[in-house]
Amino acid sequence: MIQDILGWYNYWLISILILVGIYGMMAKRNLLKKLMGMNILQVAIILFFLTLSPKKGATMPVYDATVGTAAADYANPLPQALMLTAIVVGVATTGLALALLVRVHRTFGTLEEDKIMEELR
Amino acid sequence: MTSSNSLAWIIVIPFFAAALLPMIHRLNRRLVHPVALLGSGAALLFSLYAASIVVLTEAPVNHTLGGWPPPWGIELRLDHLSAVMVVLIAALSFLVLLFGHGGMERRLESRSHFFYAMYMMFSVGLFGMVLTHDLFNLYVFLEVSSLAGYSLIAVGERGSPFAAFRYLILGTLGAMLFLLGLGYLYALTGSLNYVDVAERLSSVNESRAALVALALMLTGFGIKAALFPLHAWLPDSYAYSPNVTVAFMAAVGTKVGAYGIFRVLFTIYEIGEVRVHLPVIEIMGWLSAIAILAGSILAMAQSDLKRMLAYSSVSQIGYVLLGFSLLNASGVIGGVLHIVNHAFMKCCLFLVVGAMMAKVGHRDIRRLSGMGRKMPGVMAAFSIAAISMVGLPPTAGFFSKWYLILGALEASNFVFVGVILVSSLLNAAYFFRVLERVYLSRDAEPRVEVEADVEAAASTEAAVAAVGGGSMPISRTQTPSEPRAEQPPHAGAVPDSASSPKKRSTTVPRPSEELPEQPWLPTGRLPASVVAPIGITAVSLLILGLGSAWLVENVLRFIVPGGL
Repeated sequence: MIQDILGWYNYWLISILILVGIYGMMAKRNLLKKLMGMNILQVAIILFFLTLSPKKGATMPVYDATVGTAAADYANPLPQALMLTAIVVGVATTGLALALLVRVHRTFGTLEEDKIMEELR
Repeated sequence: MTSSNSLAWIIVIPFFAAALLPMIHRLNRRLVHPVALLGSGAALLFSLYAASIVVLTEAPVNHTLGGWPPPWGIELRLDHLSAVMVVLIAALSFLVLLFGHGGMERRLESRSHFFYAMYMMFSVGLFGMVLTHDLFNLYVFLEVSSLAGYSLIAVGERGSPFAAFRYLILGTLGAMLFLLGLGYLYALTGSLNYVDVAERLSSVNESRAALVALALMLTGFGIKAALFPLHAWLPDSYAYSPNVTVAFMAAVGTKVGAYGIFRVLFTIYEIGEVRVHLPVIEIMGWLSAIAILAGSILAMAQSDLKRMLAYSSVSQIGYVLLGFSLLNASGVIGGVLHIVNHAFMKCCLFLVVGAMMAKVGHRDIRRLSGMGRKMPGVMAAFSIAAISMVGLPPTAGFFSKWYLILGALEASNFVFVGVILVSSLLNAAYFFRVLERVYLSRDAEPRVEVEADVEAAASTEAAVAAVGGGSMPISRTQTPSEPRAEQPPHAGAVPDSASSPKKRSTTVPRPSEELPEQPWLPTGRLPASVVAPIGITAVSLLILGLGSAWLVENVLRFIVPGGL
């Protein structure tokens, strides 16, 4: 049991972060908190990809003559490259979301979803 | 190899057009729209060229970006399904852009360069999604199109930033679920190329990770495709967004989600084998059936024309996914054919709504009396599209439903046959309700309606439209910050403040920035750029109907995945 938790601690952490993020996005009524939930979810998934990357006893993925050319001796660089893109996408999404929130707040004077819904009816 | 390069051009040209537009605006603002049209038109030409090669040679066109061979590099690949989607997106993007010139809300016109730039980015994302053969690249283009889509929605009416934000939250959740599923697949197979993943996956497709990935990816695309009950973002986004946005987005935005589901089910997974381990097909089929009925019923309850069409989109995406879930040739052909047909129908309907709002400034179904006399040509197009939505024979809608029913009969799933038939009746109910208003209703006495509606003016738009009565526009003095020079010459004939003080007293006083869009082309004839796209989409519905046999024989037949 304890072995399961400690041995896979990174996956546990990621699972918890994903659940926290989805909970924030779905259950919170404040739009800014929804956005925070979204960011937590994004970070969780970035961590998930990064956790695929390292290997035991491997070095960083830059060619080194002393290490040789066996793929097992280098960490997998692809997840990191992918996540670099995902981080960029995440930043763009957050920026756009914040800009939208500014507009929402200017129009409705609040970021509480319930109040906005009431006013839109 | 120019034929393979053209795949890259389809993405690159609109991309650079998007980057150029704000700069061109600095040079000369009159050039913004022509340049956008040029970019979109070039993409259309390239996609027609590439698609014609695919159809003529009956073989896919490949392009390896940067010269890296497929399993390592990103591969663009135009097979028959991508060819259909790419031509569809390019054609509708061009048509709606053409409409944008005259049909664009005045409020947006001073910032139209940003709008068109985002519009081009939206089509870049869609092109990329249907062209790429790489899972992560699919995710990136999904986000490109989504981000542009959120901003396109957010420049609409009062509630639009809020609607866009809700879409952003749900859309990002969908994209993240897809990305998580992609991570599982990558961990399992170590590859991202569709074909490569599919090959490696076939030996492990019973593993729990593969099934979880399948569920995650389908849910992610389900949100993008607005599959009931994941459709919550759609009605508000469509109802509040600008007409140009919604005409394009409703036509192809959700369809690309359906395309993603097709890829996941049939290209990456061999769903026929996987379905015994996870009942995704059953779940999707029944959800689609519920979507078809629920969307139609909800559409009947709407009085806002845009919202009605939005709910009808929820129901129509159900047809597409229902077709896929039948898992036989007719079902898949029907689903893909319905993607094409519905894109043209919805585009036409939303363009008509746009033209109508330009003319009378509202879209309340209850106040459409006499529109048939006011805008006979445009309303004729609306009727064709509506008849096609119902699915009557000469129009396109009949043929896709025909294949869907054939597929359901082949699968001997008689409940689905019933669902399709019943929903056609429901479609008829809510479209003929509109048509009855437009053509037959004679109680178009504006005075009476003004009184009745001011009573019921819970929504701001009702109040404003009431002031407008029939086609009488509100005084321009109520819209601040509108330099006269921006108005086209025929709008100069707007009756000015002479009659407005008396009328204004009947409105609910509100700050002018909260007023919804007012008619911006109230007098004179609609410009050709507004009428032409409507006419073309309506005529193409008839052509698609008559040509559907050709389309199925020469294109869609090849889409059917092996083994079905």
